[in-house]
Amino acid sequence: MSRIVGIDLGTTNSLIAYVDEKSGLPRVIPDRDGNVLLPSVVSFSGDGVLVGAAARRQLVRRPAATVYSVKRLMGRGYDDVKEELRYLPFKVLPGEGIVKIAIGSREITPPEVSAIVLRSLKERAEAHFGEPIAKAVVTVPAYFNDGQRQATKDAGRIAGLDVVRILNEPTAASLAYGLQRIHEGVVAVYDLGGGTFDISILRVKEGVFEVLATNGNTHLGGDDFDRAIVLWLLDDIRTRHGADLGSDPEALQELRLAAEAAKIRLSADDRTTLTIPFDAFTYHREITRAELDGLIEQLVDSTLLPCRMALADAGLAPADIDEVVLVGGSTRVPLVRRRVHELFGKAPHSQLNPDEVVALGAAVQARILAGGITNMLLLDVTPLSLGIETLGGIVSVLIPRNTTIPTHAREMFTTSVDGQRVVDMHVVQGERELAKDCRSLARFELSGVDPMPAGMPKIEVVFLIDANGILQVTATELRTGKAAAIEVRPAYGLSEADVERMVEESFTYAEADVEARLLIEARNEADIVITHVERALRQGEALVGDDERQTIGAALEALRRARATEDRELIREATTAMNRATEHLAEVMMDAALKAALASRRADRVLEK
Amino acid sequence: MDHFEVFGLPRRLAIDGAELQRKFYELSRRYHPDFHQAAPPEQQAQALEASARLNAAYRALRDPIARIEYLVRLEEGRETKEGAAVKPKAPPELLEEMFEIQESLQEAKASNRSSGRDPGARATLAGQRDRLVARYRDEEARLRGPLSAAWDDGVPAERGRAIAGFKDALAVRAYLRTVIDDIDQALGEAEEGHVSHRRH
Repeated sequence: MSRIVGIDLGTTNSLIAYVDEKSGLPRVIPDRDGNVLLPSVVSFSGDGVLVGAAARRQLVRRPAATVYSVKRLMGRGYDDVKEELRYLPFKVLPGEGIVKIAIGSREITPPEVSAIVLRSLKERAEAHFGEPIAKAVVTVPAYFNDGQRQATKDAGRIAGLDVVRILNEPTAASLAYGLQRIHEGVVAVYDLGGGTFDISILRVKEGVFEVLATNGNTHLGGDDFDRAIVLWLLDDIRTRHGADLGSDPEALQELRLAAEAAKIRLSADDRTTLTIPFDAFTYHREITRAELDGLIEQLVDSTLLPCRMALADAGLAPADIDEVVLVGGSTRVPLVRRRVHELFGKAPHSQLNPDEVVALGAAVQARILAGGITNMLLLDVTPLSLGIETLGGIVSVLIPRNTTIPTHAREMFTTSVDGQRVVDMHVVQGERELAKDCRSLARFELSGVDPMPAGMPKIEVVFLIDANGILQVTATELRTGKAAAIEVRPAYGLSEADVERMVEESFTYAEADVEARLLIEARNEADIVITHVERALRQGEALVGDDERQTIGAALEALRRARATEDRELIREATTAMNRATEHLAEVMMDAALKAALASRRADRVLEK
Repeated sequence: MDHFEVFGLPRRLAIDGAELQRKFYELSRRYHPDFHQAAPPEQQAQALEASARLNAAYRALRDPIARIEYLVRLEEGRETKEGAAVKPKAPPELLEEMFEIQESLQEAKASNRSSGRDPGARATLAGQRDRLVARYRDEEARLRGPLSAAWDDGVPAERGRAIAGFKDALAVRAYLRTVIDDIDQALGEAEEGHVSHRRH
């Protein structure tokens, strides 16, 4: 069997891993520069497409053309996400069922954006192994519904990957831990990532990893922490500087990145400072861990209810849990650790890197599927109940949530009118009693029923949820034994024809080749520096002498000239020279900002007294 | 193949849970699609089908009450879920108490709508709830205990009566569950999403 890799397609970062045949241990594959994490960011420009760190650097500079956190849009309809769209600097439009992202005059779907990330990882692995990679296990949040899973599978296909398994992230993590660290017993995996939250309860026994229950929220993660900080900063800026930056996409991105960085620093430190130079002023602010805790406490606490519900579904109390495992970058936040510790009454495990553990587990599952590991078996569950809409809009549950997959249910259908040839079904996913409150999965139309008196046809429909958590439906007319034709109209998803077209079109989105990409990066870098220097000169003119102003002006002119050429090295050199020329200016400006901040704090103290 | 046959078990309710789990893991290792990835498509489809059947069977049999619900469906020849196996039915001896409870519920709902919650009404309701929960547990114990034994030990002629007994007890249990959920909701103790789950 050919090589299968494991991919963690994350909200913030993505990784690719494999199991080393000699040691039998999973390993993540770094890029040429040794980076393991690929930021899940894609930036579009006339010159081509950037992905990863290069695209991440475009977030502030080209906010409308740089797509991040696209995982939150996967398999979603416009109504699902319209609340948060005002926080996204790129334009999201309603499509047929699923949303589309508008980049200039071009429209692109979330699976196509994810495909660009996947393709980049695929190329990384191909460079590593020196052979083509065609098959992958790709992870998704356990609480992803059918549409979100299908969208992820589509993304793989568009990237030229056969996704042989959609694997749940917390379960993947348990496999990675299971290889070496988990003993037999009941394990809770608490997985808080950039955009999603999952809790899974598993029983590990004799190499079988049996998921007992899972719960979560596919719209809760580190992104929401950052947003809470940004809203607070916006208020503070309004109060102290009288500026409203809420509708300035570039400023919002600067604030978001600064908030994220501050949040990360506060995992180690008790206090940290943010300094953000804007055109009109430089914003300076100290933030303490207690302040951060206050901002995110409600969000963190909202993860506890899903934990209790998963425990209840598994028929267990917190004390029955033998081990707690933390997964996802957001579990580095001390408040998160504290709350998890309190809930389960024991210190959680975090020996494996929470950013890498899901990819490592995906690699283990890939190895199982390739036949390289035969003593481990994962039995996962479907996270949401599957039902059909019956009379009066009530849901009749066919497959309850937390049923081990693959699983199936049979249901008999008949006609209500003499001679009726077509029968409709509406399949939904969710826990509510009314179909309208659940997630519409698809409408099915059974056609070609032989005309008979009402109630005579006996059509048996089999609903099968496969090991990926994806639904397949087949129907048979029992009297004739004839397979009934089924037309599926997925509520949120791409049609087969859409995917085919995207596979072909994906070559036009293909990442620019290495040389071209390096040139684009160099130019973008130069653009960023030029903007910063222009701003610094406006703000800090009075702080430096004529000579220095002239030196900076000359370097700026040289950089502009280099930028216009095709010579990447020349642009790099000019950028470096520019940075050197402004070192002193940057220092004196930072000094001035600090003094101003101290002065304002003293003023605050005086006022308090 | 019915769910009992999947595990090679007779149609009896006394099942050793640990043994069932052992057998489930053993059969999972045999059928799970993960271990048949290299097989020809036809064989893969068979493994998928066998694995799905095994999982459905384990889910139906591992819980003693679910096991009874499945047995009733099986004995009545309804393999699909169409039409609930039992319609909720109020236990006759509790009718009077049920009137009182409905009254307290109305009051509680009214006071929830108005500003303050009446602590006295809440205490009454909580007491009524606790009695119903105890009654609910009794009903489950009866299902698992004497009623299950009556099925397992009875001669074939008595089995019709055992099934009728199951249906009665299941109907009462379903009714109690509904009322308990309503009270929980009125008391604001139900955590969102939990109510509908219990009714599955």
